[in-house]
Amino acid sequence: MIFMVEREYKVIDEAGLHARPVSIMVEKASNFDNNIYLMYEDKKVTLKSIMLVMSLGIAQGSTFKIGVEGKHANEVLDALEAVLTNHKII
Amino acid sequence: MIHKGIAASDGYAVAKVFKYEVPDINIEKKTHDNFEASLQQLEQAMEQSLKEIEKIKTHTAKTINQESADIFEAHMQIIKDPEMKKEVIALMEKEGYTSGYAYQLVTEKFIDIFKALEDSYMQERAADIFDVSRRVLAHYLGKSIPNPKEIDEDTIIVAHDLTPSDTAQLDKRYIKGIITEVGGRTSHSAIMSRMLEIPAIVGAKEALSHINDGSIVALDGIKGEFIINPDQVIQNDYSNKHQEFLKEKEKLKSLISKNTVTKDNRHVEVAANIGSYEDIEMVVKNGAEGVGLYRTEFLYMHSKNLPGETVQFEAYKKVLQAMDSNKVIIRTLDIGGDKNLDYISFDKEMNPFLGNRAIRLCFSEIEIFKTQLRALLRASVHGNLHIMFPMIATVEELKKAKSILKECEASLIKEGYEIGNYKVGIMIEIPSTVMIASHLAKHCDFFSIGTNDLIQYTFAADRMNESVSYLYQPFHPSIIKQLKMVIDASHEAGIWTGMCGEMAQEFKALPILLGLGLDEFSMSPSSVLKSRDEIRKMSFEKTKSMVEEILQYEDSKSVLNRLEANDFYG
Repeated sequence: MIFMVEREYKVIDEAGLHARPVSIMVEKASNFDNNIYLMYEDKKVTLKSIMLVMSLGIAQGSTFKIGVEGKHANEVLDALEAVLTNHKII
Repeated sequence: MIHKGIAASDGYAVAKVFKYEVPDINIEKKTHDNFEASLQQLEQAMEQSLKEIEKIKTHTAKTINQESADIFEAHMQIIKDPEMKKEVIALMEKEGYTSGYAYQLVTEKFIDIFKALEDSYMQERAADIFDVSRRVLAHYLGKSIPNPKEIDEDTIIVAHDLTPSDTAQLDKRYIKGIITEVGGRTSHSAIMSRMLEIPAIVGAKEALSHINDGSIVALDGIKGEFIINPDQVIQNDYSNKHQEFLKEKEKLKSLISKNTVTKDNRHVEVAANIGSYEDIEMVVKNGAEGVGLYRTEFLYMHSKNLPGETVQFEAYKKVLQAMDSNKVIIRTLDIGGDKNLDYISFDKEMNPFLGNRAIRLCFSEIEIFKTQLRALLRASVHGNLHIMFPMIATVEELKKAKSILKECEASLIKEGYEIGNYKVGIMIEIPSTVMIASHLAKHCDFFSIGTNDLIQYTFAADRMNESVSYLYQPFHPSIIKQLKMVIDASHEAGIWTGMCGEMAQEFKALPILLGLGLDEFSMSPSSVLKSRDEIRKMSFEKTKSMVEEILQYEDSKSVLNRLEANDFYG
């Protein structure tokens, strides 16, 4: 079994986890070979698909997790987290 | 050869044509003969779409800002989405569908998912997916989607019709003229083009089939005429005329801070009609003495769901503050008839113009009405608010609307809100209200005559129906007599009457309206100075005696002939 590193975030932006940061995260995630997931409530979707992530409709005040499998998982997470912080999502 | 349409917005233009044709995009349910070939067809369409969106993105970053451009990054991600592609391929394999049909099914599925989300921001993303998928599928079918935002050179737009949102997207720097196949002087595209001060012709039948993309057109928005591929002499002539027109406009600017007073000292107000806060700039630039009509429908039409109390409060507050202590007449929701909303289901009606619209609809959708009234009352502390109810037909309706307003006011006060001074008035646009104007005047602070509807209800003729449009006669004695009844009744009751219909900016009508004693003229911001200039040259006494004569006439022709005498100037 492949080990997965997870981090949890809470959305503070009033538009929720909105299209602009998601599109940048998806772009970044797509450049990594790792399996990258976004987990929200009981759902788990790949972070390489803008449609699946956006269709979760993650609103302000919700918490979600990003999980990365494989090599350099923490560095990958750092890169994705930077997008969230830069856009004041978390 | 000179082609004719209806003059809709003043000015001249000579430029290359851009045909704004939205193709019909619907992929038929079909199975593919060759999986690889079919998939390749979709992939090519995606490639072309990506290139186009990249271009729009760069352009937007340059002309607007990076933030607005970023949304197109999301559009590109939607096209590149690996999960969507997986689903398309799965449908192609399992059901044998063509790639186009499979893509249509998958995007429709996602659109439905987004629409069902609770969050309004997320719901709006359904429109992004629709936008993207329409572009991809258009390429798939070998058609292309026009994009007015892509235009970056002087252009005349030729379209069947332009919706309010189409017109709102036009960039004034490049769009020099507009020609549409349908519509009249009072259609949305005509009103919007006057608002944007873009010369325009509407109702130019079959313009799209006469004009080729890229050909040159010379347009005269004053006469409502255009010439396809004019020679150099005509092109120069039109350019010169446009320069003259702009010079004249410049001259009018000296009247911006002047009052609207006749030679013999009758003071009237020239106000402006607006659809949103964005129009305020034009109102101020043209020195209007107030806002005579703020059409709140656009607030509802530009939204994917019902605008809440706070959103509306902010919108009204901004307009009231921008106008300082000047009067702002805000009309409550006037929806139904030809204006519908995506998020309210309207019953199919035999005669929508005679049906459940405006105040009637507000009475049956009482919560929507109350939300708007609460927002208005909360905004009352920020300026000189005048609340106006549309389509009132009886005294009972006015009393009912006022009691709902009072009810909202009482609960707001209980909740601790401060309420400022405000006035309440009604639109006079149904002949019944003309007859009982003296009664209505006892229950409100002002009247504003909506001539567009008043004329069509008087003649029982749909103004958009070209075969009966000859009955749309603002100068008919039946209309002038009604205006007199309303204005006289209001003055006897000590209140004032304005006009926010198209007739108020009908240049020829000014001396008649002035002579009838109209107190306020509300019009497109771009007509304000020209009207003020005219009124300042007139004599109130002379217009009054002319009106006395006119009231004896039996048809529009005699009225229009009488105006030719031009004997109302001071």
